[in-house]
Amino acid sequence: MNAHDSTLHAPGDGIANGAELLRVDNVTLRFGGVTAIEDISFDILKGEIRAIIGPNGAGKTSMLNVINGFYHPQEGTIRFRGDTRTKMKPYEAAASGIARTFQNVALFTGMSTLDNIMSGRSLKMNKNFITQMFYYGPARDEEIAHRRRVEEIIDFLEIAHIRRQPVGKLPYGLQKRVELGRALALEPDLLLLDEPMAGMNLEEKEDMSRFIVDVNQQFGTTIALIEHDMGVVMDLADRVVVLDYGKKIADGEPAEVQANQNVIDAYLGVPH
Amino acid sequence: MATGSGALDTFPKYLLQNAKKFGTRPAMRHKDYGIWQTWTWLQMLDEVRSFSLGLKDLGVKRGDKVAVVGSNRPRLYWTFPAVQALGGVPIPVYADSVAEEMVYVLQHAEVRLAVVQDQEQVDKLLSIKDQLPNLEYIIYDWQRGMGDYDEPFLRDYGKLQEQGRSMMPGAEADWLADIGEGKGEDLSVMLYTSGTTGKPKGVMLSYDNLVISSKNANSFDSFDENDEIIAYLPLAWVGDHIFSYGQSMTAGYCVCCPESPDTVTENRHEIAPTYFFAPPRVFEGLLTQITVRMEDAGKWKQKMFHYFLDVANKVGERILNGDSVSFTERLKYTLGDFLVYGPLKNRLGMSRMKVGYTAGEAIGPEIFRFYRSIGLNLKQLYGQTEASVYITAQPDGEISADTVGTPSPDVEIDISDSGEVLYRSPGVFMGYYKNDEATAETKTKEGWVHTGDAGFLDSNGHLRIIDRAKDVGKLNNGSMFPPKYIENKLKFFPNIKEAVAIGNGRDYVAVMLNIDLQPVANWAERNNIAYGSYQELANHPQVYDMMAEHVDQVNADLASEERVAGAQIHRFLVLHKELDADDGELTRTMKVRRTLINERYDPLIEALYDGSSEKFVETEVVFEDGRKGSISATVQIREMAPHAPFAMKEAAE
Repeated sequence: MNAHDSTLHAPGDGIANGAELLRVDNVTLRFGGVTAIEDISFDILKGEIRAIIGPNGAGKTSMLNVINGFYHPQEGTIRFRGDTRTKMKPYEAAASGIARTFQNVALFTGMSTLDNIMSGRSLKMNKNFITQMFYYGPARDEEIAHRRRVEEIIDFLEIAHIRRQPVGKLPYGLQKRVELGRALALEPDLLLLDEPMAGMNLEEKEDMSRFIVDVNQQFGTTIALIEHDMGVVMDLADRVVVLDYGKKIADGEPAEVQANQNVIDAYLGVPH
Repeated sequence: MATGSGALDTFPKYLLQNAKKFGTRPAMRHKDYGIWQTWTWLQMLDEVRSFSLGLKDLGVKRGDKVAVVGSNRPRLYWTFPAVQALGGVPIPVYADSVAEEMVYVLQHAEVRLAVVQDQEQVDKLLSIKDQLPNLEYIIYDWQRGMGDYDEPFLRDYGKLQEQGRSMMPGAEADWLADIGEGKGEDLSVMLYTSGTTGKPKGVMLSYDNLVISSKNANSFDSFDENDEIIAYLPLAWVGDHIFSYGQSMTAGYCVCCPESPDTVTENRHEIAPTYFFAPPRVFEGLLTQITVRMEDAGKWKQKMFHYFLDVANKVGERILNGDSVSFTERLKYTLGDFLVYGPLKNRLGMSRMKVGYTAGEAIGPEIFRFYRSIGLNLKQLYGQTEASVYITAQPDGEISADTVGTPSPDVEIDISDSGEVLYRSPGVFMGYYKNDEATAETKTKEGWVHTGDAGFLDSNGHLRIIDRAKDVGKLNNGSMFPPKYIENKLKFFPNIKEAVAIGNGRDYVAVMLNIDLQPVANWAERNNIAYGSYQELANHPQVYDMMAEHVDQVNADLASEERVAGAQIHRFLVLHKELDADDGELTRTMKVRRTLINERYDPLIEALYDGSSEKFVETEVVFEDGRKGSISATVQIREMAPHAPFAMKEAAE
């Protein structure tokens, strides 16, 4: 689809405007005796694409789960838009502007693309159940407004041709796109993407990269993504934080991180 | 409003007239954000005028060439009259061409401006900008992703229109005067033919060519402002230019642009156009889809479907042609229409279809009959870019699968001594741009144009096309070898997508086949055949068995016709990759490029003639963005036993 594969997005090209959106301070997460995340601190700036990378089991997904309130860390604090929070439910996180996609696609497989993305709007719907039951009147106006927004997303992600199809029947690459659409429907300030390109072929990866960059630029959405494909990370991310065995081993711009000896050791292994 | 000379001889003049005559009638529709948006002729005039004024402000003047690159979107269609109003010449370019292909056309046409659809096309043009010294501005329709482009020569379509609007009403008089200056004999548009051989040639068509051909076509099938069409074929193709622009402008009918190229079928279902054009492969594809879906349907549905299709097969065409049919049969057909054909036509988006045309290639007789039997007035026409499309077309009631009809209004046909079809008409092109040599080769001084097709007029005055004149060859034993004729017979099987026949100057005919993934995959699923890739499926022994059956049937067919009995297929293989326009194997209009394929698959062709039963090959492939890769495979080769020719048997008796 896209003829441009290099310089999609130059790292540190000044899109991030410097203001802090989210800050993780000395977070530690344990499951019984296992320490999944140990004393990690980093920040995410408004408008940037922040990558979280690391070998398998490094604690990347756990980190995302901590950010969106799925796990509650035993120690440390998380500050989102200046508010420090202790415990937060995932739906509270969603309401406060954090949306995410999952490593394994988690859609309503029997529902159409349209309905799946519409479901992402449910938090934005204000009319109560009784009003919605009668449909005509205020509930319809609301539905039309939301549908408009959803159609914009469908147009944006180029999935008009599968609008009415049940997502369970769609190929994997398209399901991932629908999932991104549902997350976008929330109009999040912070979008968490857990391996958005896992299991995709080259063309699908390029398409997805383009969508991520476009979301970032067009909607100004801040993005935190976990990704294994180093090429993708180097192209997309403004800054990268590297985890290994639950610890932070590097943090900085892609080129810096790539040259960091700790990172090389973590990925390639070192003789002990 | 003054229209200069007063005569309706250019499209901008027609636009002004339509805005007056059909002001509030729909001129164009586009599905956007899931809803059909409509522009009336008055609104369209406003859109065109503001863009045109915007272009004028950028310095577009008489004679300037403006490239139009993208899919079927209203703003790109508006570019045509907007440029033409200023005396400029629009040049639609195939949107899926890779940058290198585009360079040649844009250089050759000395394009000053390019109006493109989106970021993808902008990127493509930026990558070749340094080879295009004449290109001054690039205007994009779709803003998406264009945020951080700071090239000074990029312009947003909408902003340019705003600029144009701000110049109203002061600039209107001058603009109308510009339109008034346009004359019928002026160059209207340049269309580059995809060219099965050599570099593309720029076919120059005048307003007279297009306006007269469009008007003739409208009266031939009685189209007026109440008709509706869905625009989905490439803008750069002469057919789309005539159907979605020329005929719409002259008849005042509404052109509907689909939401995206992927949603055409669904959008057609919603619009139900009254006039529909498609190359045979589209009709084939639709029929294949229906067949595949019916195979997965319930038992009763299947029974009903097949029963009523049988009924339609018997009487449908006779009813359509107005012949007499017995009462019970008519009753059965009516019931079938209610239960099967009606819903089927609705699903296909053809329930309002007044006329459907197919052209470009031969259509399978079964396919053709199927559509006609369910009550669709599908007809064939024969045309060329050089003729502003129409050379011959089938009049209502005189339809057959193997002719292309009688000469269109105002067209004269002649057959040369060598069997080549020649024509002369008001639609005959002005010449090839900057290529007088080629013009002289194609067009005689008296205005006759060589089609390059071999054919003859049958006893009813209908034209029959055999093959490309230069492609008809001879086998070593002297038998005639018409490659396309053989290929078409093969391609009529839904399982075969593409076929290439080889045999000129050889001992026997051999073919290379492409399977059609959709039906073959479905068949594989039903028969528990496991495969991991296209390549593996194509090479599966059972797929080969199936293909052998098809080839055998074609051989039996060929054997029954005296002239081609010698051209039976002796050996065949199934290609490990799909022939693809990106690899240059097909033209952008999906016709086989014979010479290139012969070079590219030379090792396979040699293997077809050296008796080997398999061959390892490595083939280079080009991805859509121009990067290259390669795929390799061991391709099997099958031997076929030819049938005894009928004619010879009879002669022996």
